[in-house]
Amino acid sequence: MTVETKLNSMRRDALVKERLIRLALAGVAWTSLLFLGLIMLFLFREGLPLFALLSPAEFFSGMDWRPTSEPPEFGILPLIAGSVAVTGISSAIAIPLGIMTAAWLAEFAPPLLRRLCKPLIELLASLPSVVLGFFGMVVLAPMLQEYFDADTGLNIFNAGLTLAFMCVPTICSVAEDAIFAVPVSLREASLALGATRWETTSRVVLPAAFSGIGTACMLGMSRGIGETMVVLMTAGGAGIIPSALFDPARPMPAAIAAEMAEAAFGGEHYRALFAIGMTLFMFTLAFNLIARRITEKRGLAGG
Amino acid sequence: MSKGLTAALRRGARLTALSVFSLFCGLAFSLLPAQPAWAGEEILITGSTTVLPVMQKAGEAFMAAHPDISLAISGGGSGNGIKALNEGLCKVAMSSRDIKASELEEARAKGVRPQRLAIAVDALLPVLHPSNPVNALSLDQLRDIYAGKIVNWKEVGGRDEKIVVISRDTSSGTFESWADTVMRGEKTAASALMQASNGGVAQAVAGNRRAIGYIGFGYLNASLKKIKVNNIEGTAENALNKTWPIARELYIFTNGEPAGAVKKLTDFLLDPRKGQKAVAETGFIPLPLKK
Repeated sequence: MTVETKLNSMRRDALVKERLIRLALAGVAWTSLLFLGLIMLFLFREGLPLFALLSPAEFFSGMDWRPTSEPPEFGILPLIAGSVAVTGISSAIAIPLGIMTAAWLAEFAPPLLRRLCKPLIELLASLPSVVLGFFGMVVLAPMLQEYFDADTGLNIFNAGLTLAFMCVPTICSVAEDAIFAVPVSLREASLALGATRWETTSRVVLPAAFSGIGTACMLGMSRGIGETMVVLMTAGGAGIIPSALFDPARPMPAAIAAEMAEAAFGGEHYRALFAIGMTLFMFTLAFNLIARRITEKRGLAGG
Repeated sequence: MSKGLTAALRRGARLTALSVFSLFCGLAFSLLPAQPAWAGEEILITGSTTVLPVMQKAGEAFMAAHPDISLAISGGGSGNGIKALNEGLCKVAMSSRDIKASELEEARAKGVRPQRLAIAVDALLPVLHPSNPVNALSLDQLRDIYAGKIVNWKEVGGRDEKIVVISRDTSSGTFESWADTVMRGEKTAASALMQASNGGVAQAVAGNRRAIGYIGFGYLNASLKKIKVNNIEGTAENALNKTWPIARELYIFTNGEPAGAVKKLTDFLLDPRKGQKAVAETGFIPLPLKK
């Protein structure tokens, strides 16, 4: 065997090996996609047959959710309203808080403090939701009753506030990355033109990081709307459209979690719960699509 | 073929062989019967989560006394239990309510003859916050409160405060029982707060001075106040002599008259020193001794 043929065969070996590895990695990647697809397929296969028994209009705009009465009523408008109300309240609290914290961490905090605070905030994100729910139920609820004279402490405000604790870390962490990634040259140019640090932050850096911040908010909201344990424990579970800050509600995930175990397999109630799951999936999908759109539209720094 | 490639292929082959082998082992194990062959007969029991703790407690003692019979007990709800019995998926169904006409029809269609057996009494107790001055309500007042027709405590002799109605989730057997005995056809107001467990209701009522809730007898504690209904005290005796209006029996259903191992189980459950002891220990009311 000449040296040349030996080298050639080694190269061929390396090529074959590389192709095998590439194939294996692609296989793994496709597997996770496949699972996602199968889960979606399952969700729709179990949920869609409901609409053979019930018109979508009745389902989405019905005012009464009484799945076990005779005859059962499957109107999920109060559940959608509950989810929207709770997510709205939590966003109203978490978005300003998260962005301001992110801006402070990225722009004003001393480097040491930043290095210390960021992991701590991210740690907050790993707090189990059942612990937060318990906190809302045992600590927040009696406080709301005592200081605000709420009829019940288990209401949309409690759930929104507790959810905000969960969303702030997500929003803050992603937004901070986006703000930090704004090129230093932009800040230097702004400061050189005589702008103060606050002017630089609010008019140059934050707009430049807009897409990243938008993505952060959407991720935070989609986490909020799908969260189950917190709303199950703190929202009160009443199937009404909340009309005041201290009204109880029954958000979609709470209804699924509370009723799935008792719904007869393959029955109408079971299908209705899967159809709620589909609705919920559409909501989170919408949030993610909006997040993507923001990123694409304003493809500036931090995107 | 060169040496490097053959070595790589051989390694690959070995890995594949290993994974195929482990896959095969897994398959083989999953195909084996769940119970070892020497354990004798197995009774599958499923149904109401209300009856579940009683069955689990009594079941442990039963299996200790009858090593040749093993029980597989699971929850899932009264409706699911009866459905499983009708489809031949279990031998014993637990239920916190009587069988519905529609379920009986389905059973007949499938050639199953559900046989009812009461094993305990579960009485529901309306409870208030201890600071609430109301001491008694009528069954009709309770119904109107839960239907949203009475909304202020002053209408039933209490403080001028809104009534916060707390109910069990609509899928629970307890909710159905309350609907049967108290609501009697009336719908529970949509504004009622829903709790997923007896413990959840107890916690919510104990923490809210405007609240009313209902729980099983076993869940009464010092942070809750029980009330008279139709002027009858909520006690175990009154639940047994059927004067307490909010009581129900807990059942098991079998296909036809119990026989063999199932008969041994039903005898055990009704024995005052065995199954009925478990009934008392899990917070329900044991059945009176039959002559």
